[in-house]
Amino acid sequence: MTTTAIGETVVQEVSPAAPTRRRRWTPGVRTAQVLLYLTLIVLALIYIYPFLVQVATSFKTDAEATANPIALIPSVFSFAAYELLFTRSDFPLWFMNSAIVTVFVTLGRVFFVSLAGYALARLTFRGRGVIFALVVAVMAVPGVVLLIPKFLVLNQIGIYDSYMGMILPLLVDAAGVFIMKNFFESIPVSIEEQARIDGAGTFRVFWSVVLPMARPALITIIILSFQGSWNELSHFIVSTQSPELTTLTKGVASLASGQLSQGNQFPLKLAAAAIMTIPVAVMFFIFQKRIMNTTEGALKG
Amino acid sequence: MTLQVRTPRRGASSGIRRGEGVAGWIFTAPVILILGVFLFIPVLMALWVSFSDWSGRGSPLSPSVGFVGLDNYAAVTTGGGLAERNFGIALRNNAWYVLLVVPLQTALALFLAVLVSRAILRGRGFFRTAFYFPSVTSSVAITVLWLFLFSTTGVINEVLSWVGIAGPNWFNEPEGIIHAALASVGITSGPEALTSSGFLGISWWEWLAGPSFAMSAFILMAIFTTSGTMMLLFIAALQNVGAELGEAAMMDGANGWQRFWRITLPQLRPTLFTVLTLGLIGCWQVFDQIYTGTQGGPGKTTLTPAFLSYQSAFNGQEWGQGSAIAFILFVIIIVFTIFQRWVLRERPVSKRRARQYQVKGQQP
Repeated sequence: MTTTAIGETVVQEVSPAAPTRRRRWTPGVRTAQVLLYLTLIVLALIYIYPFLVQVATSFKTDAEATANPIALIPSVFSFAAYELLFTRSDFPLWFMNSAIVTVFVTLGRVFFVSLAGYALARLTFRGRGVIFALVVAVMAVPGVVLLIPKFLVLNQIGIYDSYMGMILPLLVDAAGVFIMKNFFESIPVSIEEQARIDGAGTFRVFWSVVLPMARPALITIIILSFQGSWNELSHFIVSTQSPELTTLTKGVASLASGQLSQGNQFPLKLAAAAIMTIPVAVMFFIFQKRIMNTTEGALKG
Repeated sequence: MTLQVRTPRRGASSGIRRGEGVAGWIFTAPVILILGVFLFIPVLMALWVSFSDWSGRGSPLSPSVGFVGLDNYAAVTTGGGLAERNFGIALRNNAWYVLLVVPLQTALALFLAVLVSRAILRGRGFFRTAFYFPSVTSSVAITVLWLFLFSTTGVINEVLSWVGIAGPNWFNEPEGIIHAALASVGITSGPEALTSSGFLGISWWEWLAGPSFAMSAFILMAIFTTSGTMMLLFIAALQNVGAELGEAAMMDGANGWQRFWRITLPQLRPTLFTVLTLGLIGCWQVFDQIYTGTQGGPGKTTLTPAFLSYQSAFNGQEWGQGSAIAFILFVIIIVFTIFQRWVLRERPVSKRRARQYQVKGQQP
């Protein structure tokens, strides 16, 4: 609708014979503009409001959360939810577990995925094509289908219910290999050959010449694995059972179904969810420009 | 070493490229090993379990575990018992979910992308961020938030009450929305033809119940959380759509809607395919929300095959049936993806269509 109006003004401006009609169109364009911004603002409100309500409710009392769910400013600020979470629940432990897993997974992924990506992009060796084909095929396997199988293998090799079992299967990600391979292919070969002539070995070339150049791609991998492992739920459900290994996702999910609390206790649950969102939100706002661009870049490639 | 002969580069065994073969394997070894152990072997093992009577005790590979052929698959598809009925219900629920989420999230994502890719728009970055932010938050956190928004005394029902609608008890109402709508005009039971026969243990009437209120809330949540990611894909694609064609069409008198429908949209075809495929694959894997939120309830109306597979194995100790459901789900996802690829394939222009564009008097 708005496109029409704007498009036709352009046509009007091109034709010099219709100055009166051009004036007639201007209010139409303005209306279209107002409508566009109005639509965008309403939509943005719908997308943002739930998060504002979430934060606001976490500072309300249970009674107020029920009585007045919409208000963005609590009538009485109550820190009871946060106090309960941090002093009388396992929440700090869950947070620590999530942090441990996320740090190890992210570090490991960056290293392994770029190693493999480099080999697949640059090293000529027998079987390279087959390996790449397998990596691509693996990307097509839906994760949920793997819940039972993963449990079976973790159990079989004896790392069920351990940090090892939580971290190891997440260390590698086929999509990451794919991204890194594409990136390395875009770096000119001549740079590596210079280093090789100077006598650097393959790993040396990778580590000190090519990897530092891959910063944009590495940041993409860091963002993806951070987000992925911090938000992961199903893998932790099937790889652990002891309370000491509960991650935030698992812990908050059990809160949601009311295992720790009685009644609704929405402030408590929403406080937990809000804190859980903070690290990814911080990550998001730091790398915002890059996140928006990498998606575009990934698709162009 | 046959490979080196074929490549135009220098041989790997000499010069500055020596040792590459070994390095290549060492570099890719961690990835191969981890993908092999945690992806490839597990799939084979689960495939075996789906054909076995393993009860969850000991190793599934021990000799005491028996091969039962297709029994597990039969139990969930033609068994006539609770397992079949549960599977039928889960499929029905997920089918409604797919049917509503995939088109709506694609359309909304495209709509958002078109709105925010205007060059003259002020605050573009802000709007993009606002629409994308729900996509980065965890499904667990969003589910907790959703349980609050859609609770009986929650925000949604409060807003509905402003316009005089008494909102439903979203997460406790097992009735399907189509049945509820029919009931409001006095139809509470289906015609004989629909109730007397069915598929997978549930009648056609039940298949047509529509998503329950709880499932509808999850449907809205899926649209809310995924439209941002897909919007980014469309924005990227829209930037690659050249302006020339659109300008030419404008000169020919095409209006905005025609230009969008006839010129922009066909160029977005590959992205549309990506978005629809991602949507379909994601929608058949609904798990986190159900685990966190409703555990399949109320009245099994949010049971999905993915959750049922998990529940059968881990809670019900029916490992064979759980694995069988997972593999059926796997096949469903693959079939849908292939079907979609076929529907959206690049077709040569039909003869009749081509004739419309022929210059008069010229032979094709």
